[in-house]
Parts: sequence; C-alpha cells; structure tokens
Amino acid sequence: MCGAPAQDTDLPTGTDLARDTVLAGRVLADGEPVGGAFVRLLDSSGEFTAEVVSSASGDFRFFAAPGSWTVRALSRIGNGETSVQAGGPGLHHTEVAVG
Amino acid sequence: MSRQDALVTADWAEENLEAPGVVFVEVDEDTSAYDGGHIPGAVKLDWKSDLQDQVIRDFVDRASFEKLLSEKGISNDDAVVLYGGNNNWFAAYAYWYFKLYGHDKVQLLDGGRKKWELDGRTLTTDETSRQQTSYQAKEPDNSIRAFRQETIDAIGNKNLVDVRSPDEFSGKILAPAHLPQEQAQRPGHIPGALNVPWSKAANEDGTFRSDDELGTLYGGAGLDGSKSTIAYCRIGERSSHTWFVLHELLGHSDVKNYDGSWTEYGSLVGVPIELGAKS
Repeated sequence: MCGAPAQDTDLPTGTDLARDTVLAGRVLADGEPVGGAFVRLLDSSGEFTAEVVSSASGDFRFFAAPGSWTVRALSRIGNGETSVQAGGPGLHHTEVAVG
Repeated sequence: MSRQDALVTADWAEENLEAPGVVFVEVDEDTSAYDGGHIPGAVKLDWKSDLQDQVIRDFVDRASFEKLLSEKGISNDDAVVLYGGNNNWFAAYAYWYFKLYGHDKVQLLDGGRKKWELDGRTLTTDETSRQQTSYQAKEPDNSIRAFRQETIDAIGNKNLVDVRSPDEFSGKILAPAHLPQEQAQRPGHIPGALNVPWSKAANEDGTFRSDDELGTLYGGAGLDGSKSTIAYCRIGERSSHTWFVLHELLGHSDVKNYDGSWTEYGSLVGVPIELGAKS
C-alpha cells in the first residue's frame, strides 16, 4: 500500500540489507529531533522521488536504489538538506539539520 | 472546469471553516494523521477501509457509498472540500471518486495537510459530529475511469501517462522509494507511455503549479492535446492527482484514471511491457 510504514528505527519484516538499499536518518534542529517534518528524497538530478513524515523522534527511512541522493526536510522551523551516497545495498545513515 | 472551480486556498478554507453547506473531509490511508489533529470540523475518510471493497479489488458499490456519506453527515447539496497527506494523493483519489459517483460540488484544498501544517494553521483533536443524512449517489460515471482492456487498446492510440517516479517507470524498482519492494509480477511500463511523475505537477509545499507551468510540463513531455488520455501509477492514487491536473485544472476533455494501474497491468499474462527510461 502507498502509505509510508511507521518511521521508527526498526526495519520492517522482510527487509534484506544484503539486497535492499535503505536510507535512514533523523531531522534535527540544534541537535534536537524534529518530528512532523516533511522529508523529501531527491535523485541525483534533483528530481523528487519520495516523501515521508518524520516520527516524533525525528526519524525517517526510504527504500531506494544505490546512487547519489539528496534528502531535503521541510518543517515549520525551517528547511534543510543533505547529500547521501549509497554505494550499494545496506543501511545508509544520515542527519538533516533544519532551522 | 477550472482552477477556481476545483481548488480552494488555505486562506479561503480558514475563513470558511464554519460556513454552512461546506464540509471539510480529510482522506488518508493512515488515519492516525487525522486522529492526531485535523482541520476543525473536518470528518475523516479512510482511503482503504471506507473507499475500497474489503473482499474484491474495487470501489465500494453505490449503496455502500450512499451509506458511508450519510453516516458521515454529508448531503447531496454540501460543498465538499477534500484534503489529506501525501501531497493530497488520497484526497485527489477521493475527489475523482466523488465525481465518479456524481457529486459535483467537490474541491481540493491546495497544498493539503502539508501546507496547512507548514503554515502553522490550527489543527484540533476535537471530535466532529454531524447529523446523519440520506445521501443519494448516481450510477458510476465510467467516462473518467479506465479498465485494463481499454488501457491495452490505448497503446499507440491514446496518450498514456505513467506518473510514477523515473526508477519505477524504467523498471529499476517496483514501488515508491519509501516502501519495501513488492507488488506487480513484472517491472516496467506500458509501451509508448510518457513518464511525467505526478510530483512535477506540485510545488514543494504540495500546492499545484500554475496553469502555465502545467501546460508547459505536459506539452513538453509530448502529450498530444487532441487525443484522449489515460493516466496510471501503481495503485491509482498518484494518477488521480494527475487526472485532477489534466481534467480539472487544464480542462482536457477526455481523461481517464486507470486505477488498476501497474499492480494490475504488471501482473497480466501476455501484455506488452517496455523497460528502460524514455530515450
């Protein structure tokens, strides 16, 4: 289904990190987690790929493909973005500062 | 149909929260969004449990739709303003669905929940209670809904617009990037389809781009305005967003949403499939 799974840190059943490329991270403002931010995954050309809402603990997660990605977060206190290089399958961590 | 008929702004919505005859309806798959805070006075519809038959893959039938709207306190004369998360995907789906059952006074809140939240506008957890009505739906208007055979027959004849992301279109992945990989048996797209991701029609805050920008977008992608169009995605909700743009905002006359979309087409035996990005 098209709703995003709960954006907590546990990966859903069936996730195989030898096969899947997972981008996971947190939205932070001055080091504090920002929940309810709109987190957008943009591909290497800047094209929108997906969007999720960060959890109360600021966490988000995308299932993607290997490549260069930009993670951009929009929130009431401001926006921010960061780049992620996913060289291959596995869990790729990142943090996005907003403000 | 035009932008003024089909869309309301967040400012208009805020000024009309208590206007008689206006009903705000939040549509999400994840109803915890509504329960955690909704626009004051809004009722909720669950995209899956309210609008989908729970046994066969289809809409709820006319009688069930009548019962649903009656219980929600929506009458035939009400102006319905739909909004939701996911950049209004499910609200656009519901808009198309309301039109299908003949409810003409329906509009989308431009920007949906996202803009409302980013603007810091009021959300409440107060329960909404509306008096039950006796809603009467019409027979489904299938002039805006495409089925599989019509979609196969459209290859080479009509505009087919695949509104999924480039990686889904090319066959690299089978589902959007925030979901585990699953769904159709085969990846790819319908031969000859244009790939215009739904997201190109929206601004970052979830509002729709201007009519000029939208016209340039689809014209530039090669959409032939003199032909009929069928839009599809994976399960029919993102393509409702594009159906809304083409039919309701740009006023194209014959536009259908193929809600079977890739989860149906990509599992059919023997139908043609194309792989790879558009050259």
